[in-house]
Amino acid sequence: MSKLSGGMAQASPNASYHQSYGDGGAASPASTGSTTGFGSQSGVMEAVEMDPASGASIFHADGFKKHEDLKQMLDSNKDSLKLEAMKRIIHMVARGKDASDLFPAVVKNVVSKNIEIKKLVYVYLTRYAEEQQDVALLSISTFQRALKDPNQLIRASALRVLSSIRVTMIVPIMMLAIRDSAVDMSAFVRKTAAHAIPKLYSLDPDQKDELVNIIEKLLGDRTTLVVGSAVMAFEEVCPERIELIHKNFRKLCNLLVDVEEWGQVVIIGMLTRYARTQFLDPNAGDELDEFEESSRDFYASSEEEDRKKTSSNQEGAKKRSRPKMDPDHRLLFRSTKPLLQSRNASVVMATAQLYHHTAPKAEVQVVAKALIRLLRSHKEIQAVVLNCIASMTSTKTRNNMFEPHLRNFFVRSSDPTHIKILKLEIITNLANAGNIGIILREFQSYITSQDKFCIAATIQAIGRCASTIDEVTDTCLNGLVHLLSNRDQAVVAESVVVIKKLLQSQTGDHKEIITHMAKLVDSIQVPAARAAIVWVLGEYCERVPKIAPDVLRKMAKSFVNETPEVKTQTLNLALKLCLTNPGQTKLIAQYVFNLARYDQNYDIRDRARFMRVFVFPPPGHETNKLLLNAKNIFLATKPPPVTESKFKDREVYQLGSLSHFLNIRANGYQDLPSFPDVAPDSSLRNVEPIKVPNPWEKSLDKLKKKSTFYSESDGESGTSDSSSSSSGNNSSESSSSEDESDHGDASTRTLKQAIPATTIVNGESKKAPKKDEEEMESSSESSDESSSSESSSSEDETYPSARGNRPAVAQSNLDLLLDLSEAPPASGTPMLTPSIGGFLSPSNAPNAKTLSESISEAEVNFYPTKSHQLLSKMSTGGLQVSYRFTRSSLLYSSCMCNVELTLSNLGDAELIDVKIGAKQMAPGMSLKEFPGIASMDPGQTAVVNVGIDFNDTTQGAKFSLVASGRCFQVTLNPIMGELVKPVSMPEGLFNLEQGKLKGMNETETKVTLPEANANLETIKKKIFEGVNVAQVPSSEDDTLKFVAKTLSAQVLVLIRAKFNPEGNHLRLNFNCEKIVVGSMLGKELKVALEST
Amino acid sequence: MSGKPDQPKHHLMHVHLIIKEYFLHLSVSPERISFSIRGCPYENSLDMIHSLFVINSSGDVFMEKHWKAVIPRSVCDYFFEAQNKASSMDDVPPVIETPHHYLISIYRCNIFFVAVCKSEVPPLFVIEFLHRVVDTFRDYFNDCSETIIKENYVVVYELLDEMLDNGFPLATESNILKELIKPPNILRTVVNSVTGKSNVSETLPTGQLSNVPWRRSGVKYTNNEAYFDVIEEVDAIIDTSGGMVSAEIHGYIDCVVKLTGMPDLTMSFMNPRMFDDTSFHPCVRFKRWEAEKILSFIPPDGSFRLMSYLIGSQNAVAIPVYARHNLYFSPAGHGKLDLTLGPKQTMGRQLENVKVEIPMPKVVLNCTLTSSQGKYAFDPVSKVLNWDVGKIDPQKLPNIRGTINIQNGATAPESNPTLNVSFTITQMAVSGLKVSRLDLYGEKYKPFKGVKYITKAGRFQIRM
Repeated sequence: MSKLSGGMAQASPNASYHQSYGDGGAASPASTGSTTGFGSQSGVMEAVEMDPASGASIFHADGFKKHEDLKQMLDSNKDSLKLEAMKRIIHMVARGKDASDLFPAVVKNVVSKNIEIKKLVYVYLTRYAEEQQDVALLSISTFQRALKDPNQLIRASALRVLSSIRVTMIVPIMMLAIRDSAVDMSAFVRKTAAHAIPKLYSLDPDQKDELVNIIEKLLGDRTTLVVGSAVMAFEEVCPERIELIHKNFRKLCNLLVDVEEWGQVVIIGMLTRYARTQFLDPNAGDELDEFEESSRDFYASSEEEDRKKTSSNQEGAKKRSRPKMDPDHRLLFRSTKPLLQSRNASVVMATAQLYHHTAPKAEVQVVAKALIRLLRSHKEIQAVVLNCIASMTSTKTRNNMFEPHLRNFFVRSSDPTHIKILKLEIITNLANAGNIGIILREFQSYITSQDKFCIAATIQAIGRCASTIDEVTDTCLNGLVHLLSNRDQAVVAESVVVIKKLLQSQTGDHKEIITHMAKLVDSIQVPAARAAIVWVLGEYCERVPKIAPDVLRKMAKSFVNETPEVKTQTLNLALKLCLTNPGQTKLIAQYVFNLARYDQNYDIRDRARFMRVFVFPPPGHETNKLLLNAKNIFLATKPPPVTESKFKDREVYQLGSLSHFLNIRANGYQDLPSFPDVAPDSSLRNVEPIKVPNPWEKSLDKLKKKSTFYSESDGESGTSDSSSSSSGNNSSESSSSEDESDHGDASTRTLKQAIPATTIVNGESKKAPKKDEEEMESSSESSDESSSSESSSSEDETYPSARGNRPAVAQSNLDLLLDLSEAPPASGTPMLTPSIGGFLSPSNAPNAKTLSESISEAEVNFYPTKSHQLLSKMSTGGLQVSYRFTRSSLLYSSCMCNVELTLSNLGDAELIDVKIGAKQMAPGMSLKEFPGIASMDPGQTAVVNVGIDFNDTTQGAKFSLVASGRCFQVTLNPIMGELVKPVSMPEGLFNLEQGKLKGMNETETKVTLPEANANLETIKKKIFEGVNVAQVPSSEDDTLKFVAKTLSAQVLVLIRAKFNPEGNHLRLNFNCEKIVVGSMLGKELKVALEST
Repeated sequence: MSGKPDQPKHHLMHVHLIIKEYFLHLSVSPERISFSIRGCPYENSLDMIHSLFVINSSGDVFMEKHWKAVIPRSVCDYFFEAQNKASSMDDVPPVIETPHHYLISIYRCNIFFVAVCKSEVPPLFVIEFLHRVVDTFRDYFNDCSETIIKENYVVVYELLDEMLDNGFPLATESNILKELIKPPNILRTVVNSVTGKSNVSETLPTGQLSNVPWRRSGVKYTNNEAYFDVIEEVDAIIDTSGGMVSAEIHGYIDCVVKLTGMPDLTMSFMNPRMFDDTSFHPCVRFKRWEAEKILSFIPPDGSFRLMSYLIGSQNAVAIPVYARHNLYFSPAGHGKLDLTLGPKQTMGRQLENVKVEIPMPKVVLNCTLTSSQGKYAFDPVSKVLNWDVGKIDPQKLPNIRGTINIQNGATAPESNPTLNVSFTITQMAVSGLKVSRLDLYGEKYKPFKGVKYITKAGRFQIRM
């Protein structure tokens, strides 16, 4: 592949390559300069670096040697050398040179501690990973580690790069990373996760279902940073799942103003589609009216002026009775309108197209100003915007919105040609009897401009104005005729063509014009113009009976040298003259037809053959019916050409889209759906109040509290964004409901039904005596908060109760821990300072909260009594120690496993000062010792508890026991089943969690049960004995489900036991983030279950 | 440059299919192979920007960046084809269709930035993003040119990497970008070249992003200052007889804000109702503006454009300059020019930096002129006459006159060119806009505040 691209690169002219390489050498004096410190080695490098300048082929020959040097640098242990090498490699990549053979050397450095090197390696990796998949896999573990980094920016960039490596093998890893990051506490990381979703999807479309789940979750995010990207992911992965939007529609509308610009564009695009499928056409009634009016105009004569008046009254009544706009539809316009003020042209355009496609006609007006503003921007933006305006103005109905801005489309001599032509198009579209005077004066000055294309376009524009506006037709025609004596051929030619069109639509006798045109035959050379003249003479030959034959004579003379276009028209002229004036012209015609018969162009030959029959019929066919009607065939009055905007047919495309701009269907373009006939249920968008502790809803709730916190903190410093906007929102909301209320009570009632919260709270705030501004704002703010998603009343009640409950629940260790993680997290994730925790982690909390709400600690089902020997009296001469896992929680730390040690003095001497001595723990493990025992008489037994944090591994805890000054080394080996603790959760959550932990995180163990164990009860018992788990109710008869959490990392362990009575097979599935845990449990349980 | 650069891909796909079939026979999974061959089956998702090529005015592709699978640079040949067709650089169409791709380009700083897209995407989205890229470069390197990009390949590459992820804009706010990649400055360049470090910020792991997306957290200044420049540009077309064809004022407020902490500013105007249309930096609270016509915002750190506005043709726009001109081409083959400029409606302020640019007809050979003040120059290649007038003294109006020579044998042009005039007037906003108050909330200190007014000529044309 690389060779191929190299080959293609060479295809472009060598000269430019020389130059670009030369430039490349010259452009890196800094880098070469800084290498001089590296002695002779760098000298070689420099020479090689310059070498490519002599030609691409040499570069290939020397490529190997050159890269050897870079490899050496990359292998060195000096960061500065590595960095230098990486910089040069990036230079190569940037210039489009092939640096793929350095891949292994570069990838090694992905583990570099130096963040600069690392970033450059990332850049390189994304470029070449696809080509070198095997080696790329080596880097994966580094990313996995970086995904757990305390710094959110590092987590984000790790995810970004990991997901950019287009290697199918890592799909499961990417999936896992995305899933984790989607609930990360940093909004920036969640945003990156949203970005990664389409990447994974394009890599492996089979993951769609899983990804849609994540998207659904991200769509629920209330952080403005995230929602834009979430919608982007939605658009790319599952745009057809419109039902995911219902619940989020109002939230998206409310957040829209604060979303970052690019997100706004995507959201508006999506909302346009949504509006087209979910709301009724606001203009539906209009079109009907228009149609009726036009038909009335047509049939009813103008005598009955007064009847018309009454009918227009009726019409007004009809308009009012038109189906009411959905309040959500209204909300959409209200929340997008401020975006017309955006500094980002694409946001403005997106909003404009939303209005254009979904708003009632009367309201589209507002976009005009904003679009005009964009015209002052860069010329590329101008071109796109003008294009859109041209198509918006091409239909007469929307015309008037740009009419006041006519002057903005006046052409400047400094405009690029394509802009000028677009402007002319728009001016022509806007022309009407009222403004044609100004427009023609403008046109006049354009005709004298120096831009040929502009002049041609102006002449055509004049022609179009002349044919559409009757008042000025004659003026225009005269002007155009005047142009016929212009010195510039191009101008004359263009005028001829336009006049030809105009003559057709004119009824008058324009003898002088035709005569004038006939004279031009001698001078004008432009084929289109010549053809036009000849056609005109043929068509109107009866009006100028003397001139036409003469022109035919001239044309016959020059026939051989004409272009096919002109030849065709000459044939036409000959034929028509033969029909009207055979006496004078038959011979010339015959001559022309003979010439045409042997023409090079087959079309001309064919035509000549076909037409000849009409004038020179073959013997015996003189009375053919066709021949008798020849005059009717050729000299029938032709309908005048329709002059309309070229942009009319673009209406089919979505405004502002690529397809619209190019006027072709671009790849992946999807038509806007047409409005539904019956409105879909609008209650879908209501977010129902929470009754059951649904984890997801809860988290929303939590987020909301966060956001109040947010705005309060803002509020201290003046007024906050959200509060000011929400107060504005509310006021406009209430005012709009007032506006609508004059249409009758019904509308307000519907509004109330639809958004009960808003109206109620609005009422309250209205009733409230005038407080000072701040207070007003805060109250309306809270109302907005509550109205935006759930119904407020039930919400307000749940709040305090939830708050009140917490201290009570917080008694258990587990909850204590979880609560801590809400503030700066205690352990495991040491990254958050309180400040970012507060601001940027609104969804971290829900995550923890989710778990805490639905996963609670469960009772221990089985207390093992079996104890294991740790130390025998044989080796110690008296002290015997056995241990037992108690499965009870330890107060000291919930990460620790409570182990009961039974110490017995089986010797005959007293043991003094029994305690734990030196500990040799593996990293991550810790041990809480028991308080020392002062003395133990012979025969005495003491029971003590120690806490050991095994860090979720099965490594033994090594420590020494000291008794009477003697030291005994012991190793306490854990049992996996004891390193977990039972939790309870509903089955739904179990299935959900299990779905998340697929692939590498799932282990399966098959057990063939002995006859005695082959029933569900025993299996259950055995599992309870073997593992400290709690059972989850299962909906399937033959399946048992258990869940637990590891002590140390608090990750879920899900066990699913499916029993098959035939053959007494039992299939155990373990799902756990820590793969080891699953497999160890499998082994242990297998042993337990196979024993009777 | 002709030929069909995309054709090889066809072959490739074909080859790919053959390989796939072959492997099916061997019952080996062809998945791996299909991935190393690009542009094939799995790229079905909609996507925005695939690749970016940066091309200088002489047609060298001096930089390329791919966010997805690599697209060979031969795709640029379609661009060159369109470029050759265009009469000037400005005339290259912004969107070009090729058999498999769509090329969306902008032309700025004498460089073409050509983005390659594969499917439907709002063209403005891409165009706006490309302009934002250039703005970021200018922000980082103070300017944007081929040399600067080449000197800073590494930073440029990293910026592009952060700004666009998988073809979709990720971080375009300069505040976040500067957290990720430190902009170079002279001192650091020197230090870097001595110590051999790059511009990637080593102190990056603050990991802090403020809750206001456009502002860094923890900003500290010893001198707190905020400067506001109210700049108004007059756009006008004046016809031959001196009548106004169209005129409007485009204004903007550019700020340099160096304030500690999280300041919250409000700005109010004496006469806020005069705006016909406004657009704001995202930091401005729009609702507050709607309701009270007060700009309330937490400013970004450093320089930014707070708002731009339009005062349109509905209001009477003062035209600060007029021209008396006489340009006549005799059929004999030479012309005469006599041009006088004068101030008008300037409210007592002086017109400064006055410049006149006349694109002469192509047949003009050279000009022999005398100017009463300032210098003139005629470029025989581009046929543009430039007259650098300087200040206009109302007592002694600047004048330029003389003869214009036309190529031998060429017919005299029928039409006259247009005058492009530029000027500045300091300490005045031509619309009469005034800032009345600027208040700071949320921080304790008293900042130094300054407002400056400038009027400039925008697209100011006088038809002769």
